[in-house]
Amino acid sequence: MITLYDYELSGNCYKLRLLMSMLGVKYKAVPVDFYPGREHKSEWFLAINPLGQLPVIEDDGLILRDAQAILVYLAARYDPSKKWYPVDDPKMLGEIGQWLAFADGITSTSSAARLHDGLFYDFDVDAARAGAHRLFRILDEHLWFGEQEGREWICSAPHPTVADIACFPYIMLSEEGGIPRQDYSAIRRWCDRVKRIDGFVVMSGVFPASPARAA
Amino acid sequence: MTKCTDRVVLDLWHPLQAIAEMPAGRVHETVLLEERLGFARDEAGNAAVWRARPDLRADDAVDIAAVNDRLPAKVAYGYVWSSLGNPPADIFPIPEFAEPDRRRLNAATMGVNVSAPRAIENFLDMGHFPYVHTDILGAEPHTEVKEYDVEVSADRDEILATRCRFFQPMASTVSTGGADVEYVYRVPHPFCSVLYKSSPADEKRMDVIAIFIQPVDQEHIRAHMMLCVLDFDNEDKIIKRFQQTIFGQDKPILENQFPKRLPLDPRAETPIRADKSAIAYRRWLSQKGLTYGVIPAAA
Repeated sequence: MITLYDYELSGNCYKLRLLMSMLGVKYKAVPVDFYPGREHKSEWFLAINPLGQLPVIEDDGLILRDAQAILVYLAARYDPSKKWYPVDDPKMLGEIGQWLAFADGITSTSSAARLHDGLFYDFDVDAARAGAHRLFRILDEHLWFGEQEGREWICSAPHPTVADIACFPYIMLSEEGGIPRQDYSAIRRWCDRVKRIDGFVVMSGVFPASPARAA
Repeated sequence: MTKCTDRVVLDLWHPLQAIAEMPAGRVHETVLLEERLGFARDEAGNAAVWRARPDLRADDAVDIAAVNDRLPAKVAYGYVWSSLGNPPADIFPIPEFAEPDRRRLNAATMGVNVSAPRAIENFLDMGHFPYVHTDILGAEPHTEVKEYDVEVSADRDEILATRCRFFQPMASTVSTGGADVEYVYRVPHPFCSVLYKSSPADEKRMDVIAIFIQPVDQEHIRAHMMLCVLDFDNEDKIIKRFQQTIFGQDKPILENQFPKRLPLDPRAETPIRADKSAIAYRRWLSQKGLTYGVIPAAA
């Protein structure tokens, strides 16, 4: 079975719990005391991931770090429909790769602001917030134009991909870093769509969508 | 924002940091009531607190015996406490903290964008359990807050809510299933509350969970979550995770409260019967003449 080294309040751990729930993949979570214990910097954890970062999975002898890389692996290995990560569609893989890198940008801005406000990390919070707003504006426009063309997800597939899962958590948690989302209406609608995917689960700070209105 | 001029709040003891998270002999810094403070502890567990100064910066080595111009300092319940005024001799009692078989932990210290009284009031509220802490501290259809008692103890100057009962699917790390859980809430300090809840590990005793709020300014806090629980099986980090999961669920609710300061005018927000303890809390703050982090009632 997959082992996930996990911290409940981490959005990057959450994105793996989310995809595994949507894929119906069973896993065992090993809690890591990220805060206040800083267990991700402990000797035993650095032996697993020398970068000292969560999440990490172990599966079938493979140890893998980096949330985006793990999403790619899980979808490629455990999604028989090949929708979440369409391994035979080069264009789609290119798009997904582009937005996975974008998700890293969301982590280094929106997540950084949240760590500053909630867990007292010594970051430049104004720069982090400004950076998050710049990315949110770009994504909001992308999603808004997509809606005009009948596209509901980040990539140009008629179904969600790992790119949606990668971007979702630290957008949903942005207010904890003092980054409101009221100016991003297309992002808000997309968040509700993600919340209605079969198998969606919450984490602390993320609430479920209200019951869908009849169309 | 102006710095605190509220005599009631200046004279309180305020929590700063969990001792367990402070390496000895090193300067730590924090903000209390808009004042930057430095503090440290020695190997023996004594603490010193002072207004931040350029010759003692965060992470500097320090011998606390050599620090002059200190603020009041105390170590209690696993935390360093200080005051910017003339605090009472003692911090409110939590006798259970001395029981040797209890697990005593700081679950976490978290920054929240809210006033201290709003955070205390949320801690006292049972009505949100099924909706915010779904399948942990509550679950639909068990949404009723049953009648409970609230009194203000005159000799101890604290609020006491008793006979609180709530159906909880997973009341603690020791729970094996849903149960009707009994709660007792104390508010022995304007910005601290102590909760007692039936222990799944020992039916004769209660777990103690306290929230000690450090007001950074009128609308920002550091919430220190103290656990003093009966759990003979789980690792510390499992116990901490349980409490952090719950607090992480409260956080967006707290941060979306408007106004961020707690209105003390009884007509400002409409209470329901379940809010009995909150009504007593607001009245108690009003009677103390407390103004920091609240919107005082019009005279």
